[in-house]
Order: sequence, then C-alpha cells, then structure tokens
Amino acid sequence: MDETDISFFKDGLRLDGRKADQLRPVKIEVGVLARADGSCYIEMGGNKVIAAVYGPREVHPRHLQEATRAIVRYRYNMASFSVEDRKRPGPDRRSQELSKVSREALEPVILTSFFPRSVIDVFVEVLQADAGTRTAGINAAAVALADAGIPMKSMISSCAAGKVADTIILDPMKEEDNFGQADLPIAMTPGGDITLLQMDGGLTPDEFQRAVEMAMKGARDIYEMQREALVKKYSQMVEQPGREEVHVCD
Amino acid sequence: MDRKVVVPGDLLSEDAKRSGEGTYVKNGSVYSLLYGLANFRDKINVIPLAGKYVPVPGDNVIGVVKDITFSNWIVDINSPYDGLLHISEFPKRIESEEMSKHLHIGSSIMTRVTDVDPTMKVELTLNDKKLGLIKAGQVIEISHTRVPRLIGKGGSMISMLKKEVNCNIFVGQNGRIWIHGGTEDMDLALKTITLIDREAHTNGLTDRIVDFLKTEKGARS
Repeated sequence: MDETDISFFKDGLRLDGRKADQLRPVKIEVGVLARADGSCYIEMGGNKVIAAVYGPREVHPRHLQEATRAIVRYRYNMASFSVEDRKRPGPDRRSQELSKVSREALEPVILTSFFPRSVIDVFVEVLQADAGTRTAGINAAAVALADAGIPMKSMISSCAAGKVADTIILDPMKEEDNFGQADLPIAMTPGGDITLLQMDGGLTPDEFQRAVEMAMKGARDIYEMQREALVKKYSQMVEQPGREEVHVCD
Repeated sequence: MDRKVVVPGDLLSEDAKRSGEGTYVKNGSVYSLLYGLANFRDKINVIPLAGKYVPVPGDNVIGVVKDITFSNWIVDINSPYDGLLHISEFPKRIESEEMSKHLHIGSSIMTRVTDVDPTMKVELTLNDKKLGLIKAGQVIEISHTRVPRLIGKGGSMISMLKKEVNCNIFVGQNGRIWIHGGTEDMDLALKTITLIDREAHTNGLTDRIVDFLKTEKGARS
C-alpha cells in the first residue's frame, strides 16, 4: 500500500535518530493551572498537551446525575493551531470518539462510588499535535486526576506502537503515523491491565503480539515518569511552600 | 514516624490488616488509593494533598446559606454536596415565613453535620451552644486536607493557638475557619494559620509555630 519514496530508517535509526523501540523525550509538569482542582502539562516529542480536572462537583445538567456514583466526563479537544493546516475548532467525529475511548480508559481505575451524584470533569487540550495525542492526553489526564486528589486504584499510562517499512516501532511520530502501515495505541495500569487498545492499519497476529508488548513496555516507562513528576511536585512544595493562597472571605 | 510520598496504586504492605484510610486491599496486599503522604504506623493511612471535602456525621463545618425552601435552608458547605438545615434544627421554634429573618441568603453559619445518607443528602443542625450565626470576625478558607494539622494531635495545635493569639477560633472540617478577636490578634491568627496551611506537610510544625508566634509578638511589643 505504501509505495512512497520516504525511507523510514537511516543506518538502522529512525528519521529523528531514535531506535525502533525508543520513546520520544517526555516532559511532565504537575499543577500548572491554579484554578483547576488538578492539572498537568505534558510534552511527548512534538505533542504538547494540557489536562485539567475539576471535581467531584455538582452535575449540570441534572439529568446526567447518577444516584450511586460519580460520572466522568472527558473532553478531548484540539486547538485550531495544533496542526499545520488550521483545524476547524469544535467537537468533530474524531474528537468525540477519542473523548469516549479516553474516558473509558480512565474510568475503570477511578473510584466513582465514593462520590454519588457528582461529576468529575476532565478537559484535555492539544496545543501541538505530532501523532499520539490521545496517548499524551490520557497520560496527562491520569496525572491531573491524581493531582486533584481523586481516589484511583492505580495510575494509567498510555503509549502507541506502530509498523513502518515492515518493522514494529514504538511511539510513532507524525511521518511514521501518516505514511506507516499500522498504529496501535494502548492504555494500561502499571500492573499490565489494558484499558484501551485500538488499531489502525494491518498487523499479522505475530506482529500484533510484538507491537502490544512493545507498547506495554513504553507505557511502563511512561508510568515511571508520571510517578517521578508527582513526587517532584511534592518535594517542591516542601522546599518552597506558599504558592497556594489562603482566601479571606468576609 | 515513617512517611513517604505515594501515588495511586503503590504497594504499601503485604499485610491486609494494615489497610487504613486512603488505601485498598487487593489479593491480600495493601495499595494506595491516593496521591499523598503515607503514614506507616500500625495501620497505613494515606493523607491526600488535595481533594474535595466529603461531609461525615459529627463534623463541625462553616456554611453559607444559598437558598431557602419551605422548611429548609440550603447551605453551601464547600463540598460537592449541599447541606440541608431543617427549620426544626434551629435553636428557637420559628415559623416557615420567618425563616429568612433569622438566616437569610448569604448568612454564614457555624453548624454541624448530623446525618449523611447513601445518596449524600447532608443534614445539618444548629442545636448546640457552640453553633450559630456568624455575626462578627473573619472566615478564612484553607484546604480541608490541612485541617487535621491545624487541630493537631488531640487538639494540641489549635488550643495552643487560641491561647497564644487570644482569639476565638472555630475550625470547620470543610476548611473554613472563623476567627474573632482584636484586630491585631486576628491578623496574627490569620498569618499563623496561613503558615500552618503552607507548611502542613513538614515535621515538627507545632514547635516552629510556637517560635513564630514568639517572634511575632516580640516584634509587636
């Protein structure tokens, strides 16, 4: 199918100099938004994503309320300037689907039964896209949920694997995603329970097996970085306390 | 005391009996539910660094009346759930028509949670000498996760603070705190509580607060 003149490998390395099973550089910052209950900014290669969590809070509109548990709302949105050609703003088919699958990737670990009749809102804004925004969004959202003090059975980490030039690769970047043969994003707990698995393109059963294993390894590495970011936020709070304010009411 | 920063899903112990607050048990092992500080004593408790206040019966809280219905005041208690103060829980017997005369929308009250049902209907009372309408003083808001630190072990911190700053202080479990006293005393109390809020997760806090109060008072006289 892809008789393009792009070569994906040079001297055994990828176009950006990575090995086949190497992640792009990741940067995670916790608590970047003062008004959100929890927030996180993440850079995964060229992806720049910000996640904000609000809640548990009262549900509006009322009819969405559940008597015995909290509902989770997840909004994935791409900024109009996040891609080369302007993205028409607002929800579209793609972002609605991503919102749904991302929500379902996180919901299994959230203890919604602790907060009946409430809602946990997760907002994910893609500022710059470079293939793998859903995985970046889920990673950021999981950290933001932890930052908001929401009880969870575990963290969720997400990573994609792909296939280009008949080779299985980890964390495809834009060129590899656009002109590659397959893309396989997953999300999972550090214990190895998969909560999201999608596939675009074609893989043989054997390739599929290897791609899932590779993506799981990537997700475990990302989990360590998520953890590290959260621990770092705490030690910064101890070293230079006082960025949070006390409100004086009248 | 052994303390450690943990994130959700961290393994805390392989002894299921040590499961305390903020933890859960799976396959006989204890894991953290929260991002926060784990305290390893007989039981392992995880204290969150953030989160919303969820009312528990017996909690003293400070609320603001936000609506009045036929027989209830609806009270904002800084939580995802509103409190309901029934007319019969008002210290005096009053008529339904007179409700807004006694507590109108915007009134701040010191109140207590009497009951929380599974659907999170929160019932409040004013039937105690300590409780009632706030007529003077200041109300400040801190994160409810810091309230245990402000109270201290067996109330050590708060009773010391009350004595030292010469103020009346009412601590709501929802993170709202009422202070009443002389202008300068209230300023000092406010400063001290801000400090406690900021440094809630550090060791030996009570001693440092005592020192802080000493120097502040020394500077004043």
